[in-house]
Amino acid sequence: MADTKRIKHAKQVRVIPGFGLTLGITIAMLSLLIIIPLASVLLYSFQLNPSEFWKLITAQNVINAFKASIICALIAALINSVFGLILAWVLVKYEFPGKRLLDGLIELPFALPTAVAGITLSKMYSNTGFPGSFFSSIGIDISYTHIGIVIALIFIGIPFTVRAVQPVLEKLDGQYEEAAYILGASRTKTFFKVIFPELFPSLLTGFGLALARGIGEYGSVIYISGNSAKNGTQVVSYVIMQKLERMDYASATAIALVLLIISFLLLFAVNIIQIRRSRRISVR
Amino acid sequence: MEIFDEKQLKAKKRTKYILITISALFLIFMLVLPLISVIVNSLREGIAFYFEALSTQYVTSALVVTLIATLFAVGVNTFFGIVASWVLTRFEFKGKNVLSTLIDIPFSISPVIAGLAFIMTFGRLGWASPIIEWINETLGTDIQIVFAIPGVVLATIFVTFPFVSREIVPVLNTVGHDEEEAAALMGAGGFKIFRKITFPHIKWALLYGVILCTARALGEFGAVHALSKARGKTFTLPLEIDALYMSGSADSITASFAVSSLLVFIAVIVLVFRNVFEYRTKNKSKKVKSGE
Repeated sequence: MADTKRIKHAKQVRVIPGFGLTLGITIAMLSLLIIIPLASVLLYSFQLNPSEFWKLITAQNVINAFKASIICALIAALINSVFGLILAWVLVKYEFPGKRLLDGLIELPFALPTAVAGITLSKMYSNTGFPGSFFSSIGIDISYTHIGIVIALIFIGIPFTVRAVQPVLEKLDGQYEEAAYILGASRTKTFFKVIFPELFPSLLTGFGLALARGIGEYGSVIYISGNSAKNGTQVVSYVIMQKLERMDYASATAIALVLLIISFLLLFAVNIIQIRRSRRISVR
Repeated sequence: MEIFDEKQLKAKKRTKYILITISALFLIFMLVLPLISVIVNSLREGIAFYFEALSTQYVTSALVVTLIATLFAVGVNTFFGIVASWVLTRFEFKGKNVLSTLIDIPFSISPVIAGLAFIMTFGRLGWASPIIEWINETLGTDIQIVFAIPGVVLATIFVTFPFVSREIVPVLNTVGHDEEEAAALMGAGGFKIFRKITFPHIKWALLYGVILCTARALGEFGAVHALSKARGKTFTLPLEIDALYMSGSADSITASFAVSSLLVFIAVIVLVFRNVFEYRTKNKSKKVKSGE
């Protein structure tokens, strides 16, 4: 009796048909293709006892890899936030010839296979390529160093920050800017006190996405980094792959689990920022 | 009252040119130069060598494997994308945010983990490997997942999973669901509503999602790298590029750039299409706003 009532109520709310079917298909496919395989990683890593797990993830080369990945991804995401803001600003606020070309190019790192980006960047920034030969002549080696990793991560991360800021900037009302200006604020002050706070959540979202992508990045990094254990230029994904190739599944899953947790925390943070922002907009 | 006097206007113009210059330099160095570099490197040994490098047995085999994986990935993810975006935009339900976050997982995790996940499921240690063995024994088949084509296909599906739904969801959110509701109240069935009302709204977004998914599937490297070990059998184009590049001789490095140039052309086509698509949708929303 109560059940039929509930069903009737649900039907009243959902006029459009197909809820049960589409939700079922969505959850089934998501589980089979994404969740269950990932859960297998968890399942296996839970079989390790805690002290063993701890020993595996605190091995010196693993710690070094996490350091390299996290620090390089942080630096790259910061640089991308600055350039992402500038690029989004230029694309939204200004008109100039070649703007559409510029706009289209931003998405290149999404479309270009990571391995292709990796070998090209590695070649360009080695001491025989351009602009690598220039940098090495003034004493800066880029390929096979941490700077190389940062360059690759800047390449891979730039669309995230631009595309996060751009739509918000487009919607930003010009009247706050004008009001601040009429009230006597300088242009710099207007930017930092009025515009920047409005853009900050989206910039943070872009930063988070670029960071998450950068920490786990594999294809575009492994050629330019040189993967030297001595110089600490192995990234986490490379170490996981190395363990897999040596059939050291315990280490591979333990490291992967830590990397997964980091990614989930970042994804979670980004989602909270987005939900809070959409609430703020709807309150207005 | 004049808001900006002449001096300030000048300063404003100066900022504009400085910012445009910075942007252009950044994009030229970070994005354009790599593209040119691929082409230059691929032609280092001449045109004849270029075509020879593209027609080796390894490359043709890799091309076939890549196309198979891409076909499956695009098919599965297009179907999923349409269904998932329908459920995410047409209904309100508990856990909607969680569901949409879960769909986005493949975006933010390392592709290597995707490969590892399938090894841990179907590999020697995986819980599903006895099931596969049992199927093989009872049916007399020889199905292999890990280190075989099915593994490559699964890994490709995994990494491109959210691509189509991500393009459709924002479009459907903007359109709203009043039209579908009206149609449903007038007695139209679900499939008819989709075909007559929803589909015309999303066809461009769907096409763009499919193209983006194709590009990513063709170029996936990390996940497939973990699951594919046999050059000439289960290697995809990016793995072949890796193998050629890592073998280290000048000739094979040039060959690896030649294979790369194929994928660069596809990437450029995707970008051109994206531009056209974006231009269309922008014009359309302008028209809607101005009430045409």
